[in-house]
Amino acid sequence: MLEDLFKVVRARFNDESISEKTEKASDDVSIPQDLLFKCPRCGTVVYMEDFEKNRKVCANCNYHARLKWQERLMLTADTDSFVEFDRNMTGKNPIGFPDYEKKVREMQQKCDTKEAVVTGLCEIHGYRCVIGIMDSNFMMASMGSVVGEKITRAFEYATENKLPVILFTASGGARMQEGIVSLMQMAKTSGAIARHNQAGQLYVTVLTDPTTGGINASFASLGDIIIAEPKVLVGFAGRRVIQDTIKQQLPDDFQTAEFMLENGFADMIVERTMMRRTLARIMKLHNYSRDAGYISGGVKTHEKEV
Amino acid sequence: MNKLTATERLSLIRHKNRPTVSDYIPVIFNNFLELHGDRHYGDDHAVLGGIATLNSIPVTIVAQVKGRNIEENKRTNFSMPHPEGYRKALRLAKEAEKFHRPVICLVDTPGAFCGIEAEKRGQGEAIARNLMEFMTLKTPVITVILGEGGSGGALALSVCDELAMLENALYSVISPRGFASILWKDPGREKEACELMKITAEDLVGFGVCDKIISEAAGGAQNDMRLTASNIGEYLCEAVTRISKTDIDIMLENRYNRFRKIGMFEE
Repeated sequence: MLEDLFKVVRARFNDESISEKTEKASDDVSIPQDLLFKCPRCGTVVYMEDFEKNRKVCANCNYHARLKWQERLMLTADTDSFVEFDRNMTGKNPIGFPDYEKKVREMQQKCDTKEAVVTGLCEIHGYRCVIGIMDSNFMMASMGSVVGEKITRAFEYATENKLPVILFTASGGARMQEGIVSLMQMAKTSGAIARHNQAGQLYVTVLTDPTTGGINASFASLGDIIIAEPKVLVGFAGRRVIQDTIKQQLPDDFQTAEFMLENGFADMIVERTMMRRTLARIMKLHNYSRDAGYISGGVKTHEKEV
Repeated sequence: MNKLTATERLSLIRHKNRPTVSDYIPVIFNNFLELHGDRHYGDDHAVLGGIATLNSIPVTIVAQVKGRNIEENKRTNFSMPHPEGYRKALRLAKEAEKFHRPVICLVDTPGAFCGIEAEKRGQGEAIARNLMEFMTLKTPVITVILGEGGSGGALALSVCDELAMLENALYSVISPRGFASILWKDPGREKEACELMKITAEDLVGFGVCDKIISEAAGGAQNDMRLTASNIGEYLCEAVTRISKTDIDIMLENRYNRFRKIGMFEE
């Protein structure tokens, strides 16, 4: 199933110069995208097939690369357990930004989702929870009306049904094309979390690559427990903006998961292979039970226990 | 009716003689007692805080401070707070809640500061926590945007029961220059961005973001600071009295819904 979902078009390979499976590539060598993966952190090049078998984790430096929402769901939720919320919600164009609707339509086709976050109900090792997965392939998962509304509704549903929320965050920040309306989604989502807290329910944030800007300044920083995937980018301001402001080079580990852990803004760094059991363990330790029963109408997610 | 374009307003609010909170506070309030520090790391001069009386009612003031000259701006970091500024604001708001005292936030910032130290101390976390905590703060919160309402840096003091703007103030998701730079890769298109973004007080009333527009002196607040201050003071007295009469649970429900209803989508 894993291999199926991660299937890529495999071209024939006659270039004998690439004899090693991993090889450093210099920056001026262009990489055929569907055949090889070049790690943006360490520059190591591996066959796409091997990279995907390794759950899109760089075998050399352990950078946990970006996933499509379908891939994330498959790696996270129990088989047949996912029921999507608000699947058809789409945005409008609050400030009349030129060609915004067209751009969104293109993204919808490319990513097989109407917006940058997919929310729903699922089970993880039998623990029922509300899950949200942001997909950076969709306009860098920026937050406009739809992302804000879907996340808010996910929290409201969980609050009402006494369920934990698990959010896989990834975003470039607020969606500029929606103007002030996008900024307000930061307050709206944070308000829903405040109510979830008052109801005594759990919220676990999983920071994935990249979690920045307005998302870092709202729900991504508000989990009861904050997990980060190794080597991912997490921060408030863009690296270039900071560099331009302070006119000095930034350290290599600046705004990484490890930087967040070191500075006290994440609880733990968890490898992709350990994510499911870590989430289940956290839900168990918060007294959620796994006998919530079968969720009817779910779509198939994966076959084997990870 | 204000006929100025957004670009014209932008230059007005960046005018060197535009009054700042340092001008307004002594005129609008009495008995101002400044309080310092976030109790975690330090005292951020970009955020001024304290208790004062407004028409003899004690209120907590949290205000972003633009400098009136280069010396003041060095001290207040051009009104760009670090995380400790936001944490100081929250700490003072919590103290106000304890004593059932209304909180008045005066916003005037290009945005939260971007720098290594700000990141290390959790700029994002500090803003996020304010959004969440202010949403359930059991005392009235009123925000007035005096000039620049720059992005998350302004929003962190704008989760409130009512938001007013001076008539030339702007409130936006990012600066027009940043907008042009990110979406068009051309910061030179700042003016065009400014007109497109819908960031004037009238625009924001249309979005349900702003509840009240406060008049400035003719030609801009710099032409008559006292008149502008008196308009702000008059609004605040009325709003504090009115909102304080609301039952706390209803007030919090209304505050939640102010933000809950914002969003444009179809299903």
